[in-house]
Amino acid sequence: MTATADAPAEVGAIPSMTVTLKILRFDPDGLDGREPGSEYWEEFQVEAHATDRVLDALHKIKWDQDGSLAFRRSCAHGVCGSDAMRINARNRLACKTLLKDLNPARPITVEPLKGLPVEKDLIVDMEPFFASYREIMPFLMTSGPTPERERLQSPEDRAKFDDTTKCILCAACTTSCPVFWTDGQYFGPQAIVGAHRFIFDSRDEGEWDRLEILNDKAGVWKCRTAFNCTEACPRGIEVTKAISEVKKALTTGEV
Amino acid sequence: MAIEHEYDVVIVGAGGAGMRAALESSQRARTAVITKLYPTRSHTGAAQGGMAAALANVEDDNAEWHTFDTVKGGDYLVDQDAAEILCKEAIDAVLDLEKMGLPFNRTPEGKVDQRRFGGHTREHGEAPVRRACYAADRTGHMILQTLYQQCIKQEVEFFNEFYALDLILDGDPQAAGEDGEVSASGVVAYSLASGEVHTFRAKSIIFATGGAGKVFKTTSNAHTLTGDGMGIALRAGIPLEDMEFFQFHPTGLAGLGILLSEAARGEGGILRNSEGERFMERYAPTIKDLAPRDMVARAMANEVREGRGCGPHKDYVLLDLTHLEPAHIDEKLPDITEFARTYLGVEPYTEPVPVFPTAHYAMGGIPTNVQGEVLRDNTHVIKGLYAAGECACVSVHGANRLGTNSLLDINVFGRRAGIAAAEYANGVTEIPSLPADASARLEETVASLRATVGGDGTERVAQLRKELQETMDRNVQVFRTAESLAEAHAVVKDLQERYKSIAIHDRGTRFNTDLLEAIELGFLLELSEVVVAGAEARKESRGGHYREDFPTRDDENFMQHTMAYKRADGTVDLDWKPVVVTKYQPMERKY
Repeated sequence: MTATADAPAEVGAIPSMTVTLKILRFDPDGLDGREPGSEYWEEFQVEAHATDRVLDALHKIKWDQDGSLAFRRSCAHGVCGSDAMRINARNRLACKTLLKDLNPARPITVEPLKGLPVEKDLIVDMEPFFASYREIMPFLMTSGPTPERERLQSPEDRAKFDDTTKCILCAACTTSCPVFWTDGQYFGPQAIVGAHRFIFDSRDEGEWDRLEILNDKAGVWKCRTAFNCTEACPRGIEVTKAISEVKKALTTGEV
Repeated sequence: MAIEHEYDVVIVGAGGAGMRAALESSQRARTAVITKLYPTRSHTGAAQGGMAAALANVEDDNAEWHTFDTVKGGDYLVDQDAAEILCKEAIDAVLDLEKMGLPFNRTPEGKVDQRRFGGHTREHGEAPVRRACYAADRTGHMILQTLYQQCIKQEVEFFNEFYALDLILDGDPQAAGEDGEVSASGVVAYSLASGEVHTFRAKSIIFATGGAGKVFKTTSNAHTLTGDGMGIALRAGIPLEDMEFFQFHPTGLAGLGILLSEAARGEGGILRNSEGERFMERYAPTIKDLAPRDMVARAMANEVREGRGCGPHKDYVLLDLTHLEPAHIDEKLPDITEFARTYLGVEPYTEPVPVFPTAHYAMGGIPTNVQGEVLRDNTHVIKGLYAAGECACVSVHGANRLGTNSLLDINVFGRRAGIAAAEYANGVTEIPSLPADASARLEETVASLRATVGGDGTERVAQLRKELQETMDRNVQVFRTAESLAEAHAVVKDLQERYKSIAIHDRGTRFNTDLLEAIELGFLLELSEVVVAGAEARKESRGGHYREDFPTRDDENFMQHTMAYKRADGTVDLDWKPVVVTKYQPMERKY
């Protein structure tokens, strides 16, 4: 093979072009005469193919121009959830966003996720996000003796929560939510998605424990149905729909 | 200087094997998990197609057939006692996950559904069998999420984004001899967020650090899979077993290496060459596209080499799903078809998908026995040290792993290692003490790398890594020869020299990922040498290791494992270890 993970597209002579990335940086150490904790914009130009990912462009900067640029990444194909960031003012995964889908003729802005403390450049502190996830008790709760074989579940029952099992905990939804930005108490959409995955699982018996948590003032009623979360989800989960199903369960008392 | 911690059990790595071990160990002993990534970022989550277990939910099946397939699939380099355990415990491993809440796909009766996968057959090779338990094409994702959820439930203690870099042993594994004793006493780690060094004293240590796919350029592996755990073990004087055996998964997205699950063929997908021919009929007349991965990958590379490749450069073949119902594709293969759309702009409903082999899985690794205890030679264990998952070599995969046996491996042997490590710890009264200079080596590494910023170093990490990966792809991939391996060996040695003159850019302390990549490259360079050395010594073809100059399997001389030792002077020595045979004598491998 001729192409590589960092320059994927030599197949069929796709022309290369110069792309400008405008990156919001954060320097926790205070190097080069900056105050520790300084925030500043920096522009980089890279040669890239239209079919390259934004992650490829970030790697080109890091590997060829400025090794101090910090961002998280791992799988590079949209399943590990490491590289959620704000690209052209929208939350996306850098490894799932191709340059051709962004109008590369204009500078591409890249910022860290909003609403979580920035640690360095595009890296944010994920701990508050994971703390909300832990709050909703995201594990199967059952009572009675454990069966010898598997618990039975019909394909129809399995389908009821399929959408929310896809979540990769990237935080794109939660950090796109205007309520989350302004209200530090709100669990955020992801925690509701995480709860939905168990509330609507026919094997689970902890649904009312979770619904009670989500009925709290930090819970599901904070949602103003802005749909930002649904747009942001790189896994295509219908987040707002999941939230409305949780609201409905609370209103009707039926799961 | 270093911040000190003490635990009964320390687990390094939070993928499937590490978290499965943690669930057992944390019930029995005070346990910490140190992980380079947040647990849910681990590459277990990228596994797609399924987890093998002879549940017989949809057709007749049993653990013995599964064992036979595993041994034959591994081209008779599998330790058969370990394979028997793997396949017997598979059934409970799947049922345990279901009871933890894993959302498997279901049969109409509500049982865990099963599907076909390469090399898994009924009646010892008669026809494909439905053995892979699955959740669409995101089985690994579901396993990783479920195990993490259970870790939350059990309040497992994680040290996230802590990069373990040194293993402290009491005793020298290469000098202990027949009667000496070597035991584990701790791990030294580097906090990526703060740049601080931490020492962890522990009675037991489990390595579950995953693979090393980044020694190759075209790979399905994550950027972070740099063989750190294998490299730490090697530097500590522990041998690595069977490192020449690397699996090239047949269906990586062409040019990118992103994995497209074998489940695509399990669900009926067909590989075709430029003439539209279903070429696997020629290579494996009985099970065709569902032959084991090594055979399919070689067949694909051979089609391209003989001019029947597709595309402008005739350098890939096609995975054809167009005859499947779109609804069936959406239900069973949603993620991989989305990868084809996103990254290649190909619509799998109507167009075949360009694919080519991609470096996928290390069959070799840190040698262990069936309890997960790490071996320091062919027979002696290091007390209190365990390994499980891709970083380990039990060996249940031999020369070629069957698809769906790795998600099984991490669950069966992760569980075993977790139990054994905790039980061992509970039998030891004192947590071992660490020498006063335990963290000195890591601190020195970090300080010297940071000092290269703006210094005389002329070499760049990214450039050296690129050259390494290119030579490995060119010379040590599906086809190997004495010449190609000699070239790779020379390039690797040269790169190791040049590595001494690297300079990094970032002199910061927090999230210095520049420094991290430099350290990772160090591991890749050392491991590549071991892969190449094993491949040079193995003058035969077996499983994933194909020597064009020795195209047949040679059981008389090579039905044994390689054991590679790194000596104090930096040289790599190879020794051999017998294969455990219980029931199955080697036969010709036909499908």
